[in-house]
Amino acid sequence: MKVTAVLDGKRIKQMIMERAIFLVLLLLVVVIAIINPRILRLQVLRDILMMSSTKIIMALGMMFVILTGGVDLGGGRLVGMAAVISASMLQTADYVRRFYPDLGQIPLIIPILLAVIAGTLFGMMNGLIVAKFKVPAFIATLSSMLIIYGINSIYFNMPPNNSQPIGGLRADFTYLGSGSIGFVPVIVIFAAVVSVVVWIILNKTVFGKNIYAVGGNPDAAAVSGINITQTLVGLFAVCGFLISFSGVLEAARTGGATNNYGSGYELDAIASCVVGGVSTTGGVGTVSGVIAGVIIFSFINYGLTFIGVNPYWQNIIKGLIIVSAVSFDIRKYVQKN
Amino acid sequence: MGENGAGKSTLMKCLFGLYTMDEGEIFFNGEPVKIDNVKEALKLGISMIHQELHLIPYRSVMENIWLGRFPRKGGKRSPMVDHHAMHQMTADLLAELNLTAIEPTDLLRTLSVSKAQSVEIAKAVSYDSKIIIMDEPSSSLTENEVEHLFNIIRSLKERGVAIIYISHKMEEILQISDEVTIMRDGKYVGTWPSGELTTATIIKRMVGRDLTHRFPTGESEIGEELLRIEDYTSPNPRSFKNVSMTLRKGEILGIGGLVGAQRTEVLEAVFGLRLHTTGKLFVKGKEETCRNPHDAKKLGMALLTEERRATGIFPVLSVQANLLIANLKKYQNKNKLLNNAKMAVDTKKSIADLDIKTPSARTLIKSLSGGNQQKVLFARWLLTAPEILILDEPTRGIDVGAKYEIYVIMRELAAQGKGVVMISSEMPELLGMTDRIVVMSEGRVSGIVDSKKTTQEEIMELATKYVG
Repeated sequence: MKVTAVLDGKRIKQMIMERAIFLVLLLLVVVIAIINPRILRLQVLRDILMMSSTKIIMALGMMFVILTGGVDLGGGRLVGMAAVISASMLQTADYVRRFYPDLGQIPLIIPILLAVIAGTLFGMMNGLIVAKFKVPAFIATLSSMLIIYGINSIYFNMPPNNSQPIGGLRADFTYLGSGSIGFVPVIVIFAAVVSVVVWIILNKTVFGKNIYAVGGNPDAAAVSGINITQTLVGLFAVCGFLISFSGVLEAARTGGATNNYGSGYELDAIASCVVGGVSTTGGVGTVSGVIAGVIIFSFINYGLTFIGVNPYWQNIIKGLIIVSAVSFDIRKYVQKN
Repeated sequence: MGENGAGKSTLMKCLFGLYTMDEGEIFFNGEPVKIDNVKEALKLGISMIHQELHLIPYRSVMENIWLGRFPRKGGKRSPMVDHHAMHQMTADLLAELNLTAIEPTDLLRTLSVSKAQSVEIAKAVSYDSKIIIMDEPSSSLTENEVEHLFNIIRSLKERGVAIIYISHKMEEILQISDEVTIMRDGKYVGTWPSGELTTATIIKRMVGRDLTHRFPTGESEIGEELLRIEDYTSPNPRSFKNVSMTLRKGEILGIGGLVGAQRTEVLEAVFGLRLHTTGKLFVKGKEETCRNPHDAKKLGMALLTEERRATGIFPVLSVQANLLIANLKKYQNKNKLLNNAKMAVDTKKSIADLDIKTPSARTLIKSLSGGNQQKVLFARWLLTAPEILILDEPTRGIDVGAKYEIYVIMRELAAQGKGVVMISSEMPELLGMTDRIVVMSEGRVSGIVDSKKTTQEEIMELATKYVG
């Protein structure tokens, strides 16, 4: 009897250890809610959820890359590119400073498609570089971060726009970001649909299982005859697709775009993944974890402002959260000698 | 069967398509076949269970088994995995092999080593293999687990699967095999029915070679005790236990044993790189503690590691940087900055003393030959003026000429009154270079012999004393 009791104690301790960062953050949420209970009003929670939606889509994209032990540093810039591409073609006809003064009322889907196709292509390029030239993802995407930003800035600077913020977006477009069906925001529906689709890809398809295999033990994957190049290109493409889609929604949500949109978003996405239990060493991570990670992160972000914490302090707190999340993560997976 | 480095694993990796062979032919079912990669081997029905298991820790048993060949819902080209079918196939497979203790949905990392290995075997069987190669499958198993492994092997045999079982554990081989092929120094010695063999005859055929290497002659005067360890035991129950040994001034002490005898582990524990639960360390008769390599250095110890590339050299640094790295403090001036002139003098002296063949001190060490890299590492530790040198496989991967030079250096060090400990898997080297040999078997000291009086057979017998 005694032995089992000890084992149970151990197991409970292990369970707490594995979820330590999660518990700490939940505690922080509780603390914020105690300091200012008004944050728990439905309206505020809905705002937080809307803010989280594009981030969820982006973090899910990021998860694909982190599952293979890499990161996509170009993610934030891709958000900016997708936002600028879609916004530039979706301005109202009577807006004064139009990006394309003579462009007619084109179907909504065309600019969105162009934006996500561009994102997907950049993703595939990253994947090819990582798979074929064995460049670490971190370096490959650092380069594409610069390239994407450069291209986007050139596009953004084209006359007659000359780097003016793009505004006056069409109502059917902004509806995607800020409209709602009943009480449910449209953007939240997008995030929900994307989450379900990603969950199916990762858990029900051969492609998804191969991603976990390649991330968990590349040698075993290779010996088992998995096409590693194909898997890497595929997962980077999905990452590019999701991140650029989140960029489109970001433009729709905020009603505008500049070439600096999305700057630094990739770091938030990485942080949310890590907090949500995606292992930076690859092979481990769940959709639900990522969603929880993003929401908790947004809540803390929003909540710290809500209770009046100095923004400089907010950065320090976020930094501490990330470093402790990764330390706990590494502790879990590093085998002790 | 064969000694360490006899070429067993390498030969099998050729057969499995992991390595390509330069010459030779493979006949499968009487037909000559070409095997260029793993996929082709699997297709022919050859699979291999490696010493290090190729499994994915955070995935389920069934996913690990069918990796790369998942059953799909609705046709071969469908992207969706058929979990139900996969579960069923896995359950059937496990039942067939009598592995009912394993659930198809178990995560791999929750399984014991033995069960994980059973999963590998199940995976091999699932390829419809005609031949399964097992490379030292019992090296990390307990006795009961080995018995279980043998049961699986017997049932595979009944199904008509041929098994190639690599091991250096004689009792095991004699118990499970029908025929034994012995290799030595990369060459085929012969094949005999197991019934005709005994442990003694196997040993004779495994080691029966002439001493082809030459060793520098000369003996050093053995003085007082320099290092003594008593009762070293690892916290890991599968590692070393109750190890004691003594090293005296001017002595070269050999540590012999099979791969996996925990020789490196003991000495790394002495050097403070690994934990030990019990054990006392005496340097020159005084009890000391050594918690980390920093302490070890202060006690006058130096360790030349087994993995020269992984834990020895800094490949992208120069010869000079590699030489001085363990001793940089010596070259600081009063402002804590390094004195280039002093460093250059010592570098030059080291290169000359050990006859390191390098174009210049600025050359990157990675462009040197293995033997010269090893000499740089020797020189590095000699600059710290150690009294006790621990050498882990100091001549591994080094050509014969350079080996001789390393031996000469070792002899010189002993003549200077230093104590040298050498772990080696090469029998002739142990016999030719050392004064005494501590033989280890399965983490324990199985005997200490006088190198002048012992024989290869005696050492081999001691090395396998606790095996099996």
